[in-house]
Amino acid sequence: MNAPVNIPNPVGLLAELTHRCPLACPYCSNPLELDSRADELDTAAWIKVFTEAAEIGVLHAHLSGGEPAARRDLTEIVAHCASVGLYTNLITSGIGLTQERIKALADAGLDHVQLSIQDAEAKSADHIAGYEGAFARKQSVAAWVIAAGLPLTVNAVIHRANAERAGQMVKLAVALGARRVEIAHTQYYGWGIVNRAALMPTKAQADAAIAEVEALREVYAGVIVIDHVIPDYHARHPKACMGGWAKRTLNVTPTGKVLPCHAAETIPGLEFWNVRDHSLRDVWFASPAFNAFRGTEWMKEPCRSCPRKEIDFGGCRCQAFALTGDASAADPVCHLSPDHDKVAAIAAHANEEEAAAEIAYVYRGAKAPVPAE
Amino acid sequence: MNETVQAAEHGAGQELGIVPRLPRGVRLKFDETRGQWLLLAPERLVKVDDIAVAILKRCDGVATIEAIVEDLATAYAADRALIDADVRRLLNELAVKRMVDL
Repeated sequence: MNAPVNIPNPVGLLAELTHRCPLACPYCSNPLELDSRADELDTAAWIKVFTEAAEIGVLHAHLSGGEPAARRDLTEIVAHCASVGLYTNLITSGIGLTQERIKALADAGLDHVQLSIQDAEAKSADHIAGYEGAFARKQSVAAWVIAAGLPLTVNAVIHRANAERAGQMVKLAVALGARRVEIAHTQYYGWGIVNRAALMPTKAQADAAIAEVEALREVYAGVIVIDHVIPDYHARHPKACMGGWAKRTLNVTPTGKVLPCHAAETIPGLEFWNVRDHSLRDVWFASPAFNAFRGTEWMKEPCRSCPRKEIDFGGCRCQAFALTGDASAADPVCHLSPDHDKVAAIAAHANEEEAAAEIAYVYRGAKAPVPAE
Repeated sequence: MNETVQAAEHGAGQELGIVPRLPRGVRLKFDETRGQWLLLAPERLVKVDDIAVAILKRCDGVATIEAIVEDLATAYAADRALIDADVRRLLNELAVKRMVDL
């Protein structure tokens, strides 16, 4: 396929500095087969990535993982990002950070910290994270972030086990001193698909959680900014995934592969380029994977003639593939998709299981499990 | 500004002596790639027009709103009441988004 003309420059880069992470959250969006430490990009390679990112117009650098604090060169990477003018956001579980380390990161020019919480209650939070003591540790980390003068966002992923405490998690974020909170209902990629049956709330649970969080917007206006990602399985229209494929942001994996989104490798047949072989500029403008679903030329019906095609871009390519076997199909969340009944069936299944016993999580680990049907 | 927001509850109504500042984590930046002034905040990019840039550049954590209005009225030879309304409207909008501290 020819590259579409007028490709906009990227505004954001998500750097998965490592897949190593002390937590094992059952909705983890990292791939089922994690990159090993030995294959990770070294400091010099990451520094080249961020230099090139700034040159092609990237504004926000999101340092993520895995747990980015598992990288010993994190402070050096942050200092480099600051030196090339990138707005640097650390996305962390908090585990592995100390007060001294946070102060060093602040001194190196870090702009913002995004700290995950798994629930508003310690016991449940630690169970979800698969890590004893994580909840308590995160309270300390939040206090250190505030003490270092850094702005804090708390982010929480909502699912069956914590949906009834969605509002409490907003209140916890306020108590921790956050200026912003992200309440995101689980999206089913990576480990999220494996654990979908255990994670997916009923429609009633999801609706109650959404209403509770929305009501808090007014209560906390001017105190905390609430970003709310609602579940798409119960929606009529698909999400505008990534703001359009290869339109705004890019991902670099621990081994240097560049992806249009974190789940893109689940789509077979896409050719991804690596920062070890190509400049970020070439990857963004010319690599096959980035041009595969740019614009609207790749679309089929019902997307092709849809008045919403420039609004939601046909939804999510990875979800279209995961649920229909065709990455060019409409995201089946869309009520116009011929496969919409598959999403409705999954959502209905979650409703039936409302009274069912708790379903055990498959925690991410060294061995990749077989995804559940 | 390219977003509409509700008025702040505790904003810069007509109070005197408020010193607005951009908190850490919010940066006013000229984006060379796109030839555009932007306000960068966590997960936010807000395009800012020339008037907003003139106001935000003066939010240095020292100047009061009155001083900023006075400075702008002199620099642009414009009506002080109009500028005062513009400045307070912008700062209130940004305060609700936690992009300015008042």
